[in-house]
Amino acid sequence: MSVLVYIESENGSFKKAALEVASYGRAMANALNSSLSAVVFNADDMSSLSNYGVDKVLSVKMTEDYNAETYADVLKQAAEKEQAKVVVLSSSADSKYLAPFLSFGLDAGYVPNVVDLPDSTAPFRVKRSVFTNKAFSKTEISTEIKIIGLSNNAFGVVEQAVSSTVEVFNPEIKPSKVVVKGIDKATDKVSIADADIVVSAGRGLKGPENWNLVEDLATVLGAATACSKPVSDLGWRPHSEHVGQTGKPVASNLYIAIGISGAIQHLAGVSSSKVKVVINTDPEAPFFKAADYGIVGDAFEVVPKLIEKLKAFKAQNA
Amino acid sequence: MKILVCISHVPDTTSKINFTENNSKFDSNAVQFVINPNDEFGLTRAMWFKERQGASVDVVNVGGPETEPTLRKALAIGADAAIRVNTAATDGFAVASALSKIAKEGDYDLIIAGRESIDYNGGVVPGLLAASLGASFVNNCIALEVEGQNATAVREIDGGKETLSTALPLVIGGQKGLVEESDLKIPNMRGIMMARKKPLRVIEPENIQEKTRTISFEKPAPKGAIKMVDAENIDELITLLHNEAKVL
Repeated sequence: MSVLVYIESENGSFKKAALEVASYGRAMANALNSSLSAVVFNADDMSSLSNYGVDKVLSVKMTEDYNAETYADVLKQAAEKEQAKVVVLSSSADSKYLAPFLSFGLDAGYVPNVVDLPDSTAPFRVKRSVFTNKAFSKTEISTEIKIIGLSNNAFGVVEQAVSSTVEVFNPEIKPSKVVVKGIDKATDKVSIADADIVVSAGRGLKGPENWNLVEDLATVLGAATACSKPVSDLGWRPHSEHVGQTGKPVASNLYIAIGISGAIQHLAGVSSSKVKVVINTDPEAPFFKAADYGIVGDAFEVVPKLIEKLKAFKAQNA
Repeated sequence: MKILVCISHVPDTTSKINFTENNSKFDSNAVQFVINPNDEFGLTRAMWFKERQGASVDVVNVGGPETEPTLRKALAIGADAAIRVNTAATDGFAVASALSKIAKEGDYDLIIAGRESIDYNGGVVPGLLAASLGASFVNNCIALEVEGQNATAVREIDGGKETLSTALPLVIGGQKGLVEESDLKIPNMRGIMMARKKPLRVIEPENIQEKTRTISFEKPAPKGAIKMVDAENIDELITLLHNEAKVL
């Protein structure tokens, strides 16, 4: 019996969310008195996984970087081989894409957006966010095998050194009905899903020509850039930057909102962020009620100062 | 081309979320229900296929009689016929198995669902449906073109997008981007009148099985008070973020 985790990597290194999934998997394995196995695709150096409690690494070489149907099938074969009772995935777009295929293949109940370890393993009950973070639900999974989709930044990365073994895993590879023709991805920018810090702006910035302020602040902080729904609807910024209930969720450590009033849909989408800072000219903006730190002021005055001060801070603390 | 659009009946995005019966049930009192936004983008794209490529469009919902106004709205927007599976949509696995039966009987070429419903955020229905039908599946779909039996779709990935090529039958988990926000249709009076005469078939569920069950709900803990920092004193904000919040 084991717990199985799907370890996602990018450009040869493991994603932070993957290490979080491993950490969670370790704690789950401890709770179930079982071992932790990990499936890793196309990675060369797997030694660091032993720092996060992985007992056994199944190393798979694929010709494709990612394909939901084939990857799900490989994970299914790994789960069967390892006799996994629990499979843990992240909340990445790739994990959420393959989860239903894996669920179907293993006849296993899948619960996404899980924020904590199960408070009971028999019956198996986990806490998940629902209504786009406006509430939580305790959900019971009744199948023999359970699949967990862990919320980003909910459990954290926990180091626990174990001695781990690496095994080359050669599953049967079935062709997929969907073929990847091309990927268009900015390699020099951190994505909203993977970012520790997200800098976001709204209509308070008055026009797309002023976004250099946001970009500059993001560069100083090593942050991802995001925007409110009206800004993406107006075409000032691409849809992919829209965060909120119908856009992307944000679960960063720090979320800085500039000139965003804080509509209920926006607040829901960003509420999983640990610390929220609001900069707005209107002291009555609803976002001030949902944030940790606030500055009432004009973005065009406050943000340049903030950039300057942060540069000095970074230089001092480098 | 025969299209089926799967519609979830969900609380409007502005709704305050409350629970009743000892926090075991969603409190629908004074809540306005709408077509799930992710499904509405898909429905609008289906209308495009209807207008440009002569597709027929059926809509389906799994839910009780109270969800029929949402289906009627989809008919008023332009869908040809509606189906309601008469059972509460409490678990994505049960919903997918109910939809799978409808999809098999209807022999659809393209099934459009939303990437997730904004109530339970389960995101499992479109993928399960595709798996059970043996159909192709594209999630987080932000663009879709169909030519004959071939389809080209764009999927939003973390930090970018991916172009995919596949064949019908196809299931997509759609979202904003499939059409623009400004393309969304508000039903006009003629559409509403016509919708009254369009067929809405009610089907009883058979042998559907849940794999998950909601035990209880809770609301997030109330937020602590905000700390205000003077706009002239940015250093204080940096100190707070560094020493107190420990995020810098």
